[in-house]
Amino acid sequence: MSNSHAVVAEQFDDRAQQHEASSLGMWIFLATEIMFFGGLFTAYTVYRNIHTAAFETASHLLNAKLGAFNTAVLICSSLTMALAVQAAQMGKRKRLITYLLSTMALGLVFIYIKFILEWHHDFLEGLAPGLHFTYAGPHASRVELFFCFYFIMTGVHALHMIVGEGVMTVLLVMAWRGAFSQERYNPIEMMGLYWHFVDIVWIFLFPLLYLLGARF
Amino acid sequence: MPHAFPLFPVQASSAAPGVDQLFYFLIAVSVFFSALIFLLIFYFAIKYRRRSKDEAPPKNQVTNSIQLEVLWTVIPMVLVAVMYFWGADIFVRDARPPRNATEVFVVGKQWMWQIEHTNGKREINALHIPVDQPIKLTMTSQDVIHDFSVPAFRMKNDVLPDRYTTEWFKATRTGKFHLFCDQYCGMGHSLMRGWVYVMKPEDYERWLRSDVTGITMADQGETLYHNLGCITCHGTGKGPAFAGLYGKPVKLSDGQTVVANDAYLRESILYPTAQIVNGYSPIMPTFKGQVSEDQVLQLIAYIKSLGSTESNTGAP
Amino acid sequence: MSSPEVELPIESRVHYLNAGYGIKSWLLTTDHKRIGLMYLVSITFFFCFGGIAATLMRLNLLEPQGLLVEPETYNKLFSMHGIIMVFFFLIPSIPAVLGNFLIPMMIGARDVAFPRLNLLSWYVFMTGGLLALYAVIAGGVDTGWTFYTPLSTAYSNTHVMAAAAGVFIAGFSSILTGMNFVVTIHKMRAPGLSWFRLPLFIWAMYATSIIFILGTPVIAISLALVGLERWFHVGIFDPALGGDPLLFQHMFWFYSHPAVYVMILPSMGVISELVTAFSKKKIFGYHFIAFSSIAIAAIGFLVWGHHMFISGQSIYAGLVFSALSFAVAIPSAIKVFNWTATLYKGSISYEAPMLYALGFIGLFTIGGLTGLFLATLAVDQHVHDTYFVVAHFHYIMVGGAVMGYLGGIHYWWPKISGRLYPDGWARVAAIIIFVGFNLTFFPQFILGYLGMPRRYAVYPAEFHTLNVVSTAGASILGLGYVIPLVYLIWSMRYGPEAGPNPWHATGLEWTTASPPPTHNFEETPVVTEEPYAYDRLAEEIQVV
Repeated sequence: MSNSHAVVAEQFDDRAQQHEASSLGMWIFLATEIMFFGGLFTAYTVYRNIHTAAFETASHLLNAKLGAFNTAVLICSSLTMALAVQAAQMGKRKRLITYLLSTMALGLVFIYIKFILEWHHDFLEGLAPGLHFTYAGPHASRVELFFCFYFIMTGVHALHMIVGEGVMTVLLVMAWRGAFSQERYNPIEMMGLYWHFVDIVWIFLFPLLYLLGARF
Repeated sequence: MPHAFPLFPVQASSAAPGVDQLFYFLIAVSVFFSALIFLLIFYFAIKYRRRSKDEAPPKNQVTNSIQLEVLWTVIPMVLVAVMYFWGADIFVRDARPPRNATEVFVVGKQWMWQIEHTNGKREINALHIPVDQPIKLTMTSQDVIHDFSVPAFRMKNDVLPDRYTTEWFKATRTGKFHLFCDQYCGMGHSLMRGWVYVMKPEDYERWLRSDVTGITMADQGETLYHNLGCITCHGTGKGPAFAGLYGKPVKLSDGQTVVANDAYLRESILYPTAQIVNGYSPIMPTFKGQVSEDQVLQLIAYIKSLGSTESNTGAP
Repeated sequence: MSSPEVELPIESRVHYLNAGYGIKSWLLTTDHKRIGLMYLVSITFFFCFGGIAATLMRLNLLEPQGLLVEPETYNKLFSMHGIIMVFFFLIPSIPAVLGNFLIPMMIGARDVAFPRLNLLSWYVFMTGGLLALYAVIAGGVDTGWTFYTPLSTAYSNTHVMAAAAGVFIAGFSSILTGMNFVVTIHKMRAPGLSWFRLPLFIWAMYATSIIFILGTPVIAISLALVGLERWFHVGIFDPALGGDPLLFQHMFWFYSHPAVYVMILPSMGVISELVTAFSKKKIFGYHFIAFSSIAIAAIGFLVWGHHMFISGQSIYAGLVFSALSFAVAIPSAIKVFNWTATLYKGSISYEAPMLYALGFIGLFTIGGLTGLFLATLAVDQHVHDTYFVVAHFHYIMVGGAVMGYLGGIHYWWPKISGRLYPDGWARVAAIIIFVGFNLTFFPQFILGYLGMPRRYAVYPAEFHTLNVVSTAGASILGLGYVIPLVYLIWSMRYGPEAGPNPWHATGLEWTTASPPPTHNFEETPVVTEEPYAYDRLAEEIQVV
């Protein structure tokens, strides 16, 4: 399906059916992702309610400024992604490529900040459970629990972003080769849905992890 | 020597007859409906069997009936409602032990049961209790999840690490009854068994006083209280005093009020910074790793011996 | 829809089995029918492993002190039995085999919505399954299929990671399958095929797919957390860090309870098809059965705490979960009554699929009723984690789900293979299975109430007799399972040709050739009538 003609896969009757089917498929996939993250969020929320003071202490150890900046980065990347979808719908190849590249670049900025500036820093500070955890302040064991969740939740989120970057690379190459047109832009649309979902997960993660305990 | 083939364990507790009665009701309903379905299937399958290979499908087929649907929805609903309320009633009523229950403490570990009576007497994989006296077990595990199950009493409850769970029963006949671990706990799970010995009160008293040093759990707790240095704060006002503490509502520094029950005291010893009493500083060190589970129970027994407040001393 | 008048013999036609030869044409196929067959081979393979584990377990239990193996080995056997049977046999069985094969055909489509994802789901399944088998071969896992913490995270010395990883990966196979089915059913129905004209098998598969989609990700995250805790010693469920082992139980059962509805709903769908075809009658209460499937799936997500009544969970939670557990029983009861009513004034024949269907109705009734015992708080306090529970779920899963599966395999075998199997042998096998099954599992109800705990490698002598009876039954049951394996394979070569509709049943799948062409239908069918229109068939025959 990587040529410029609008091809309808043989199991479908027409392009409209194919388009509807792949959209429904992507929404269902996002539903599974909601349940996957939902499990994590539920577990975190339960512990946050039981160990409120400890979790607030731990949350203050995170760099909320970096987190906020990253939030802005992701929101911008959702904007560029939406613009990429629009460009694809209008058949504007150069614009599509530009916006895809912008989205990918912003995603890489996020990943850099997350892994290098935050995770690496936390590891050096002795806040990495299981690897290097030396925090000895109040509620130490519950703070370690918080950081378990921090690394797992942001890690799973980052994994989804990396997969997204990979798929966008493929779409970028396809766009370069002229695979998309006004008649055929569905894969970009689906990518947009996925990327917005990854963004929304972060928008929940940020306050839950970084903003506990009235710090401002 | 084969005699009567048992279908039910002996009824050895005050709860057992009630549970069995409900069980009989459930059996009756199940037998009725199973028989009904089996018989209908047999009857229809034979009466309406196809008589020739080319027999035509029946005409004028009845394929729905709102009345029937309502009937066989409502009747099951009523029956299950009865089951629910009956079962829930017994369960809730028996959830809390009576006030006069004798306390026994259980520590489960892979793969044995360590049991300690308040007078200091210990036993392994065995529980001696007097007949016709409610017994409340306070249980914890040193490792994985176990379960203290006595089928003759129709009673079991999981035993968890790092917290206390309770179960209670009142034995109604003397004898020897199986004790099983009933939550899979690894290699020795099926070997983690023993016996509950229900004795006449006089025999039980005699047993309780035999081979015992006279040092009760509370005595052992008092020794620990001195040896571990608890007295240096809790005996001088730097930490909350223990007299009358057990069962009393305690105001915490974050504004909450909790009851000083077993779980609270255990947490205070092992995780002292989790909940700070209002007006005190968080300076208590943790004793995790320095005291075993049964030593924690001894400390709690000591605190209890300094006077308890009549109130809710433990959640179900 | 009448069958084609002239039917070319199988060898001279091109159909999905001979359209392309060689291993590549199978391993790279996107034909849902071939993928269904690949799943059939795979799950039969895993069933054999799970069955061998069960055989060794029951042999061991012939003696109170354990006849065959040490407790350590026994623990690994029951763990592997559970993991393989649940995740690599029961959960995929009807959906991945019959669902894949039939759903497009039943709705008049050429294939599923995402054929390549369908193929991917098989590869993902095999990867997970082989990883779990590796865990067996490398020395086994001994946590039980339930992986309770802290046993699984901190105390077990066995191959927990490999087994959990295998299950985790196989979960994605379920998700892909569920996704495919929902989109296919929504978007690819033939003209005229409205929702209430769909066969009830499709309704059942739709409900099952909803559970796949919403439930599977939760066990994925639960097992991932177990793996992380085990590997990095980070403590989500570790009390020392403020974690709670009960949280694992909640997360695990949030999926694993709906999972049992994944195991039974497709079977119920099969039974609806069999009962109509072999009584030549429209199903009684079509709408009620359809909505009951959806209700079971929906309410099924709300009852998981009934596995935890005496776990340390609060009694208030227990009260809520008990009530909801009774509620979920009602739609199942409705189905049983409707199936039975379908037989009334039907024209009933006793071919093997019908024997399986009738057996299902009886055994599922018993299994379902015993579920009520477990939903009853005060009774569960006595029988939790005893053989009563083991008997209950085997009545549903073996007496129910497996018999439904076998009934379905026999019913659609002519469509799948183009040939008829020998029905005499099939009926004998069905009866042997029924007898063997009851002999194996009914004594276990008694054992459970007497107090025999489950997962026990050795047991007190007073439970000896009933264990011997149970093992005797298991040997009969095992024999019953081997027989169909033999004659079904035999029939693929030597069975008489079936023709498009050997059962004279309604349903779009019977309007095309057996075996069907790769694209299922020569022309997309147009649907103009209700499902199970046997009454109209009656008029047709009258006219002729």
